[in-house]
Amino acid sequence: MSGVYIVGAGIHPFGRTPERTGLQQGVFAVRQALGQAGLDWRDIQFAYGGSDAAGKADTMVSELGLTGLPFINVANGCATGGSAMFGAYSAIKSGEFDLGIAIGFDKHPRGAFDPKPAEWGLPDWYGETGLMLTTQFFAMKIQRYMAMHGITNATLAAVAEKAFANGVLADHAWRREPVDAETILASNMVSDPLTKFMFCSPAEGAVALIFASEAKAKSLGLPAVRLRAAAVRSRPPGSFEVFSPALDIERGPSPTNIASRAAYEMAGVGPEDVDVAQLQDTESGAEIMHMAENGFCADGEQEAWIAQGRTRIDGTLPVNTDGGCLACGEPIGASGLRQVYENYVQLTGQAGARQVPGDPRIGYSHVYGAPGVSAVAVVERA
Amino acid sequence: MPDLAPPIDDRLLHFDTDGSPRLLAAREHESGRVVFPAPGDADPDRYEAIVLPQEGRLWSWTVQRFRPKSPPYAGPEAFEPYAVGYVALGDTVIVEGRLTGAALDGFAIGMPMRLVSESFTLQNGEQRTTFAFAPTEKTA
Repeated sequence: MSGVYIVGAGIHPFGRTPERTGLQQGVFAVRQALGQAGLDWRDIQFAYGGSDAAGKADTMVSELGLTGLPFINVANGCATGGSAMFGAYSAIKSGEFDLGIAIGFDKHPRGAFDPKPAEWGLPDWYGETGLMLTTQFFAMKIQRYMAMHGITNATLAAVAEKAFANGVLADHAWRREPVDAETILASNMVSDPLTKFMFCSPAEGAVALIFASEAKAKSLGLPAVRLRAAAVRSRPPGSFEVFSPALDIERGPSPTNIASRAAYEMAGVGPEDVDVAQLQDTESGAEIMHMAENGFCADGEQEAWIAQGRTRIDGTLPVNTDGGCLACGEPIGASGLRQVYENYVQLTGQAGARQVPGDPRIGYSHVYGAPGVSAVAVVERA
Repeated sequence: MPDLAPPIDDRLLHFDTDGSPRLLAAREHESGRVVFPAPGDADPDRYEAIVLPQEGRLWSWTVQRFRPKSPPYAGPEAFEPYAVGYVALGDTVIVEGRLTGAALDGFAIGMPMRLVSESFTLQNGEQRTTFAFAPTEKTA
């Protein structure tokens, strides 16, 4: 089995790009990744790619070149990007291939997602009576968490304020203006306790990551990170998920808990070894809860951590250094790969104004989505 | 018995003779796990049909402050914010539903709640009955 390396990365700016389809944004990201690595599309032996709502990834070959490579379309909801990466990781690790690519892209209409109950195995009344909204789930999860663990509204606002501050420094971010905590708290209430500026929005964007075997990475001599773990997990019994008409009385762990544990075990590192983390921040409460679910702190410690600035770029554990989903928006198929892109850029020292100081060595990324799926990746500076 | 519009889904709820609503669920024989709503084609060899307790405690809550997209939302164009919550019904299951009977900021985790019927107006003006939870102690 080979070690797996990321030797190149490209990104199409997140946000809104009316003049390009989601697929075209994907092609843009691939070309940027290849260009920066000095590679040609003909060098790529396989591809995994997908979007949730912007078309079939493999049709990109008509733009990129008809080289005949195996191109696997991935459709796995919120974990589409994470699953594409998992495919690339496994393909290299098996020794079958030594250079491949994972691509995630998307383009969603404005406003909240509008799911169809039947597609989620739910009765119509659940949607008809106004219970089927992701925003309600996130609000109720953090509402209970705040009551149980003493998290305040000020901390929710501090997380969003940090996201926008980091977004100012990231070329690929959508929101590039700082927003202060007071404005965040005073903005329209969407679903109590979460205001408009505490939620991310569906958006557009694309990411491409080039994967190589250890031998290939060495021969290329490019800035690289080693992918030490890639774990995808679905929900265990007793978890609390989006679109749940009911929850088990006996509460259990989350898919994030088990994906995180698996990734640490696979990587042979613990949360204390992580130098920079990208955590799913669909809304600011999610970042807070995911700090604990991924093992970085105990439940409730976030209140002090965030007040002390520990998750800022110059803190002891910088979290969401490019502004996360809050500043970048959430193109579902691309979002998980953006996190890995950001860790690649940070660990190879290419993050410019948002560079985490002190030569970070270990990067951690975590995506979570409906109907209860989580993907975690651990990368190490090569 | 009050004059109630038809249930929004007759596999979701029934009414007792005094008009009080009952939520229909299923218990899996093997695991004892309570499933709500009851699976559409519940296999009697696997599930036993049950009705859920009518009282419990508020587990979490929020307020829906913007009109959800239609579809799937079937309520009228004119929109009034409504509270939503999860209520732990004894030791059976934690059920999500609309909250009523108090101001939008009048809910708190741990509050005793009871099941009530709630009239729901479809976009075409027709009336249906669905369920909601209200604080057990009357709040003025």
